[in-house]
Amino acid sequence: MPDVRMAVRDVLVRRGEHVILTVPHLEVWAGEVLAVVGPNGAGKSTLIQVMALLERPAAGSVFFDGHRVEGDRLPYRRRMAMLFQEPLLLDTSVEKNVRSGLSLRGVPRSEQARRTAYWLERLGIAHLARRPARSLSGGEAQRVSLARALALEPEVLLLDEPFAGLDPSIRESFLSDLEGILHEGRLTTVFVTHDRAEALRLGDRVAVMMGGSIRQVGTTAKIFAAPVDEEVAAFVGVETVVRGRLQSLADGLATIDVGGAAVQAIVPALDPGAAVLVCLRPEDVILEPAGLESHPTSARNHLRGTVRRITTVGGQVRVALDCGFTLVALITKQSLEELSLGVGDEVAASFKATAVHVIPRGT
Amino acid sequence: MELLWDGLREGFRLLFTGNREVIEITIRSLLISGSAILIALTIGALAGYFLATQRFWGRNFVLSLVNTGMGLPPVVVGLFVAIMLWRSGPLGLLNLLYTPGAMVIAQATLATPIITGFTVASIQSLHPKLRLQIMALGASRWQTIWLLLREARLPLLAGVMAGFGAAISEVGASLMVGGNIKGETRVLTTATVLETGKGNFEMAIALSVVLLILIYAVNLVLTYVQQRERPA
Repeated sequence: MPDVRMAVRDVLVRRGEHVILTVPHLEVWAGEVLAVVGPNGAGKSTLIQVMALLERPAAGSVFFDGHRVEGDRLPYRRRMAMLFQEPLLLDTSVEKNVRSGLSLRGVPRSEQARRTAYWLERLGIAHLARRPARSLSGGEAQRVSLARALALEPEVLLLDEPFAGLDPSIRESFLSDLEGILHEGRLTTVFVTHDRAEALRLGDRVAVMMGGSIRQVGTTAKIFAAPVDEEVAAFVGVETVVRGRLQSLADGLATIDVGGAAVQAIVPALDPGAAVLVCLRPEDVILEPAGLESHPTSARNHLRGTVRRITTVGGQVRVALDCGFTLVALITKQSLEELSLGVGDEVAASFKATAVHVIPRGT
Repeated sequence: MELLWDGLREGFRLLFTGNREVIEITIRSLLISGSAILIALTIGALAGYFLATQRFWGRNFVLSLVNTGMGLPPVVVGLFVAIMLWRSGPLGLLNLLYTPGAMVIAQATLATPIITGFTVASIQSLHPKLRLQIMALGASRWQTIWLLLREARLPLLAGVMAGFGAAISEVGASLMVGGNIKGETRVLTTATVLETGKGNFEMAIALSVVLLILIYAVNLVLTYVQQRERPA
């Protein structure tokens, strides 16, 4: 049984007449990093502000260490710390900024000094201690904001898109420093982002939010391998999502008719004739020249298709094929050159039955 | 022109020889306007903070009242305060009319909308999420108000300077509710009116010079405080 540090139950948030957030149930486990991912406008910031007790929901409660939060929220807020997308520093020196939370919480001065010095050093900004916060660069300022939050030694750390405002060049070093700190201290963290790569990297568990509600919660591996519906699949990067109908099922291996082609996949119990969505990540599709597929391999699916579009991003290439349905494969530039693929070419695509994720459709 | 030069020479002589009456009037001006500003700052900063951060029905109406209030005619304020403090008026039993207390009330009434208006603008110029961040750091309600006002100190102090300037410079309301009584309610502005009317230009000039120096000195101190720790 996981040790639940924080929980949110039956929460509802309105803006005017519209309901912008509905969360029946979400738990944050002790020592974990829970990543809340979703597109912009999904309600992620609202959720984390409700958890930070900065926003009062129209309905529902927040639980801290099993106790429902009611009445004066200040004592609970003083057990947490939050970082926003912007550094939001005070107009004073870096050192005074890092101390500000500590002094608000009544920590003794000597302890304030000790923690401030430690975290400035730890985040590599000790040399900036005397500088006015106004004079810092974006990356430096966000480090100060992080030092300020960590100096509070919170029981729960909340991060609202902390990297979104940073230049890509400094995002990486900031991310890896934070990663180290979180895992070393086993600090319970809730971290909101629209970037699924960040969620994958930092998160132990992921909650996918869309349209004001949580669609799926689970380990990162589970979410990315088995998205619960089409929207989640699209968001986490499953690019081939097509409709099909189950033809037959034997020993857990199903044959699905997708646009005239037969796709084999592992599915739980489903009735023949059931309408399904077939999901496949582009990384799982292997391409080879047409006409060489005679020898058996462990991949159960071999399809012929015509190249419709080739898109290059960095060292990777997205190839969209027409196999009766649109199938997207991700290959390296080198492979593209070796296979000398061009639009209009015939090519063979293969993928394993275990790589296919099947979602039952309503109709 | 002789009048002017004679007046200037005599005026400075009165100043440098430490004329007792001038000193007494100056100290009273400072005390009355200083008290008025303290009251206006307390009420105005809190009212301004509240107006800037809370959404309520009729907010825009109140804000437009505040902005109008920044240009309130002093004689109108004087009239209103006089009526309130008149013996047969609602606050007559306080017996404040023609005392320095009445002048403090009148000047505070003039300065409060100015400080409120500046406070609203200064709080609104802060990052909208700063208040949330301060609350997340663990600030109580009063700590939050203090910190945000401190963050907005630049435009806020500009408001205090404007308010003090308005209070110490005005003459209409101070005459009407103070009565310009020698030794009791005579301040720099009201005394200047009196002396000018009597033709005592040396005295009037001396008083005017003191008033100008006073305003400058107060603004110098406040500007220093405002610009502290702010290397260009």
